[in-house]
Amino acid sequence: MLVLEGATISQTDFHLRADLSVAAGERVAIIGPSGAGKSTLLAAIAGFVSLSGGRILWQGQNISGLHPGARPVSILFQDQNLFPHLTASENVGLGLRPDLRLTASDRSRVEAALERTGLGGFGARRPGALSGGQQSRVALARALLRDRPILLLDEPFAALGPALKAEMLDLVGTIAAQNGTTVLMVSHDPEDARRFAPRTILVADGQAFPPADTAALFNAPPAALAAYLGN
Amino acid sequence: MAGRAQPVSRTLAVGGAPAALLLLLTLGTLGAVFLRARAMGSLGPADWAAVRFTLWQALLSASLSTLLAVPVARALARRSFPGRGLLIALLGAPFILPVIVAVMGLLAVFGRAGVLNAGLGALGLPAVSIYGLQGVVLAHVFFNLPLATRLLVQAWLDIPAERFRLAASLGMGPSEVARFLERPMLRSALPGIFLAIFLICLTSFAVALTLGGGPRATTVELAIYQAFRFDFDLGRAAMLGLLQVALCLAASVVAIGVAAPSAFGAGLDRRVARWDASSRWLKAQDATILLLTAGFLLLPLAMITLRGLPALPGLPGPVWAASLRSLLVALASATLTLLLALPMALAIARARPAPARTLEALAMLPLATSPLVLGTGLFLLLRPYADPATLALPVTAAANATLALPFALRILLPAARTCEADFGRLADSLDLRGLARLRLLTLPRLTRPLRFAGGLAAALSMGDLGVIALFADPETATLPLQLYRLMAAYRMADAAGAAVLLLGLSFALFWIIDRGGHPNAGS
Repeated sequence: MLVLEGATISQTDFHLRADLSVAAGERVAIIGPSGAGKSTLLAAIAGFVSLSGGRILWQGQNISGLHPGARPVSILFQDQNLFPHLTASENVGLGLRPDLRLTASDRSRVEAALERTGLGGFGARRPGALSGGQQSRVALARALLRDRPILLLDEPFAALGPALKAEMLDLVGTIAAQNGTTVLMVSHDPEDARRFAPRTILVADGQAFPPADTAALFNAPPAALAAYLGN
Repeated sequence: MAGRAQPVSRTLAVGGAPAALLLLLTLGTLGAVFLRARAMGSLGPADWAAVRFTLWQALLSASLSTLLAVPVARALARRSFPGRGLLIALLGAPFILPVIVAVMGLLAVFGRAGVLNAGLGALGLPAVSIYGLQGVVLAHVFFNLPLATRLLVQAWLDIPAERFRLAASLGMGPSEVARFLERPMLRSALPGIFLAIFLICLTSFAVALTLGGGPRATTVELAIYQAFRFDFDLGRAAMLGLLQVALCLAASVVAIGVAAPSAFGAGLDRRVARWDASSRWLKAQDATILLLTAGFLLLPLAMITLRGLPALPGLPGPVWAASLRSLLVALASATLTLLLALPMALAIARARPAPARTLEALAMLPLATSPLVLGTGLFLLLRPYADPATLALPVTAAANATLALPFALRILLPAARTCEADFGRLADSLDLRGLARLRLLTLPRLTRPLRFAGGLAAALSMGDLGVIALFADPETATLPLQLYRLMAAYRMADAAGAAVLLLGLSFALFWIIDRGGHPNAGS
């Protein structure tokens, strides 16, 4: 279980407090007005933003002090998920060994991960020679190999068209279900949340609310969410 | 940005080690000189004359360079013609042009037997001398007019194109454009450029050594050299060194207040449509200015090349040996520069704002350091442990690397910041650290600026005639020093040949390091 225990983030003009927990293997959406702190919440879990108070626990263990690379977390950013000077295989291989000294069996695992995300045979290409959807698949293949129990999605598919985005979310869903991965996904689109996440965290008014049933939340939105949705 | 969950102390430590070495090389050597100076030494009237001359020639050089640059930059900024890009590239060349080669070229044009005096003689007019104040200022303008022009073209192109469109739609002519657009820009850009050049001219040594000298045209740097080399008066050398640093620091403090523009602005070949300057008279004026400038810069180099090429095959053995030594010193110096600059750039890019600013300010220290004080200080520090003659080349490489550091850092820093902003989080989240991070992220992303900085550092060191003059005996002379000795012995044919060799080696070294090998990997 992922627990945020009185977790507080304070920046010059910005405060966010989170007291919530997410069960292992659960899929949760994070939604709220822009600037409310959705991405900051993910950044805190991933270790890019330090807490000014409280702690973050995974399976009972405090992970708040860990270096980003040492956390049980993989994260896909909105952009720059791949190193443009490395091939698709090398980008994926970083998920196994950050120094890229791969053995033959490592290499076949990389190829298998690319196959699984539908990119078999594309390993030698650089990101510049791949489409946006294919780049997302490479990043996903890397997350697959890293095999961390928590996957954070900071709108990595926002630049894709609706059909492709739905396809990618389904792929994430399939992989997460097979590996028992806990997924937290930032989104500004209620459709994504409905499609992907049974429960949703609302971030508004300086607070990240505990996850609520996604359908119920959108059917009877609280004031802050209603204002954001425009109804 | 908020801090990471784990402080970036390791990165800071990596950047701190070169910073500490840099402190030792700048303030440490100054301290060594200071301790020595307290023991003895007093300044005579000749030394104060050197101070006055230093300030006066720097003032004249900086004023002339900046003022002359205004029409040249204006012409370049508002005209487009074939070869404009080449001309702008040519304006960058003096940065890596060895001073002694330029002096040889200027002598060929303006010297006693030069083109100018031959012309004057044919007209029955008295000859002019290049030695003394006028020669020093001429050489400084030769080097700094291009620099000032590049900086000013940058400032000109920073005026948004929309402003000129608006001016044209309001029917403004050249004088209105000058009043409302160009003069405000000049008011903000010129002081910084003036001070940057003033600072450069304050530490002038090689120019004063070759074209100045005597009681009426000695700079403080030259006086330090003479006190050290001829009189072996360490106390006086130390006092002069302190005076020199005080001058540099005072000018730097003023310069920091006036934001100096960066000399490495990209996109100088951008063109802005100008409707206000289309008259035939203005076109002719700009063409004349550009032709004169190109002639002023190219004629000396063309003369020296023509004279030197035939002498090249017959150059004496010591010249070739000196060339080899110079190449080794240049490569060592470039390596050391990058070893200092890269960790500092990475640390500055990753650190929080306050330590980043401290490190950045620290890296600019060499700009306010006098090369000869640095050399004198190193001599005083190392004298108890080793024979200065055997240390001549390593000390020269270290001094050259220190002096090249601010330029290298300014080249690397923007790329390091971009790399960190684009890929820092991704690398952190993948636990990409230490040498793996260097190999897989930093080096591939920073290849271009690293090559450029390395090329500049190597070329600067290759052409440097400064610290080496303090120490070297004939067995350890570098090529610039060997060239100076040929000149001093009036072996002008050999000197011209050596000048061509030095010119070729400097530019080749820069070109191979900057462009050689394969183009940048990846996108």
